[in-house]
Amino acid sequence: MAIGYYFAVSALLFSIGLTGVLLRRNAIVLFMCVELMLNAVNLTLAAAARMWGGPDGQVFVFFVIVVAAAEVVVGLALIVNLFFRRGTLDVDVPQLLRW
Amino acid sequence: MNLLAAEAAGVANEVVEATSGVIGLAWLIPLLPLLGFLAVLLATRSLGERAAQIALVAAGLTFALSAAVAVAVIADPATYVREMPTWIDVGGFTVTFTLLIDQLTAVMLLVVTGVGFLIHVYSVGYMHGDGLYARFFAYLNLFLASMLILVLGESLLVLFLGWELVGLSSYLLIGFWFEDRGNATAAKKAFITNRVGDVAFMVAMFLAFATFGTLEMVGIIEQAETVASGTAFALVLLFLGGATAKSAQIPLYVWLPDAMAGPTPVSALIHAATMVTAGVYLLVRLSPLLVMTVDAMEVIAYIGAFTALLAAIIAVRQDDIKKILAYSTVSQLGYMVLGVGVGAFRESIFHLVTHAFFKGLLFLVAGSVMHAMANQTDIWKMGGLRKKMPVTFWTALVGWLAISGVPPLAGFFSKDQILTEAYFHGYGAIWIIGLLAAILTAFYMSRWFFLIFLGEPRYGEQVHPHESPRTMTLPLVALAILSAVGGLLLNPVHSGPLYRFLEPSVGAIGDLPYAPFGGFEESVLIPLAIVAAAAGIALAYLFYLRRDVRMGAMAEPLRGPLAELAERRFFVDEAYQAVFVTAGAWVARLVVWVDTRIVDGLVNGAGATSVLIGRASRGAQSGLVRAYVGVMVLGAVALLAVLIVQVV
Repeated sequence: MAIGYYFAVSALLFSIGLTGVLLRRNAIVLFMCVELMLNAVNLTLAAAARMWGGPDGQVFVFFVIVVAAAEVVVGLALIVNLFFRRGTLDVDVPQLLRW
Repeated sequence: MNLLAAEAAGVANEVVEATSGVIGLAWLIPLLPLLGFLAVLLATRSLGERAAQIALVAAGLTFALSAAVAVAVIADPATYVREMPTWIDVGGFTVTFTLLIDQLTAVMLLVVTGVGFLIHVYSVGYMHGDGLYARFFAYLNLFLASMLILVLGESLLVLFLGWELVGLSSYLLIGFWFEDRGNATAAKKAFITNRVGDVAFMVAMFLAFATFGTLEMVGIIEQAETVASGTAFALVLLFLGGATAKSAQIPLYVWLPDAMAGPTPVSALIHAATMVTAGVYLLVRLSPLLVMTVDAMEVIAYIGAFTALLAAIIAVRQDDIKKILAYSTVSQLGYMVLGVGVGAFRESIFHLVTHAFFKGLLFLVAGSVMHAMANQTDIWKMGGLRKKMPVTFWTALVGWLAISGVPPLAGFFSKDQILTEAYFHGYGAIWIIGLLAAILTAFYMSRWFFLIFLGEPRYGEQVHPHESPRTMTLPLVALAILSAVGGLLLNPVHSGPLYRFLEPSVGAIGDLPYAPFGGFEESVLIPLAIVAAAAGIALAYLFYLRRDVRMGAMAEPLRGPLAELAERRFFVDEAYQAVFVTAGAWVARLVVWVDTRIVDGLVNGAGATSVLIGRASRGAQSGLVRAYVGVMVLGAVALLAVLIVQVV
């Protein structure tokens, strides 16, 4: 089975995620799109590992999943706080870190 | 010339270490008034005005001790060195507080403490009722101590210490009534003008140390003969620079007339009798070095001569009772400096002594008159005080005749002998300038005397002149007696007792290429000097006494451009103001500009540049998460593009 298909799906997934991050304003959707991008990369890694027959890529995938889980914890906490404090999920509203 | 032959012989002192006897106690002379100064300051709170008596006692004791030391030196003449503790000891440079006591020191000690004590007594009456009465006496004691350090110091640096301390006490006393801004300004002017001379003095000390390897007077004088003529020339001119400031010579005399802002006893003690003679003392003390460079001495002589003449011309048109005396002091100091320049060292010291007597006396007379006239200082508003103030009048008469050069009073002998020496040493021009200044001296002092004491009263009804208290008249009488007989007793002829006494302590002028200016003998020169004095007095009589100078008829009879110039003091103060003060302010302004614009500009510029960069780049921090992501993506794409291009 050609590796190219896996990479094509992965690239497609990544692009969908990226487009979502760039265009959507809802924090939860944004977050899901980020997950989409992460998993696109995971797919690439797993496919490449399979092709080379080594464990390195698969190990990497596990790392990404673990880190992503931790990131979800932090990210969701941020989103919940954002909603409590500003009453919105629009990421364009909080601009405190602007100059 | 048997006169020159006698001078050529020259006898040098032997250097003796003094450990015991009265000379061994000489260190008490400056210490007593110094302790008096501290004691008065500390005791003022508890004793009030009575604290001043401590100062009086200190001055009296130090005078007695000085007299005892002088008697010891007269009995057994030598250069006594009294070892004292070390002041500075670094590397090969050692300065001790060692005292040097020889004939010259003895004379100076007597003048300083004698006149000093009399003026302490006078001040008891004069300063009575002043709010800072005790502090005045503390300052007087401080001055006395400083002047004695100056006179006794064996090291040039110790002399310089005294030199600076007299400057400080002069500053404190000129500005004694500092509530008046004018007085404070005058004090500042005196202090700053003297700093100019101090620079020259300090450079002179550096050069002296580099040349001789020591600052001790004995060492310098011993090695004086070995010094190269160029070095000696530079050294003498630098010391002269110091002397022109302290002794009020051209070009630094401007502070002395302003210094009259101080109380009158201060003018008498510091700015007539003692401190201002420090420059003359310094030059005479270094006379063994001076004789190595006759060119530098000629410079000294001309500076003295022109100062004597210029100040005398200015004095003719002053109207302030003390300003006239101040310019007169500048002029008489010019005579002393002139004397040093023409090789008449002992004559200069002689004039210094007699001048201390009669000028101290005249200032005290001025103080007495001002005391009686409710601090009036304009001589045109006086007149006819002869009857009202008999003691002041008779003592003033003596002082006037003495300074005018009328024989047999003190001023006649000393001034005439300086001029005679100038003539015999070949300085014809200086002799003529000196004679002119002598005529002017007699003229302006007669004007001063006539307008104050003779003629009709020109003061208003509300002023009631009265004779001063006993404490003021007693010093007047004492100084009048000294002014009357001082010359006759000390030195009526060339090589009189004072000259024989001083001879070993001053430089020998035998080797200098002196030849008489003309064929006159002293039998012609002395009558000439008397004629000069008489001419000055006669002219003043015609202008100010025979003419009707009454109330309302106060017009100054001397007119013309020169008189105008003299009245405006030849615009010297204005010129100095323009050249030094205003130009200095411009330089300061330029430096301020460089500092605030260029130096600060660089520092501020660094800050401003950072701010600018920050302002330009802060737009990037929009706070929009999606914008950050977009930029990140663009960056990633760019990196990818670079990577692809490289691979392909």
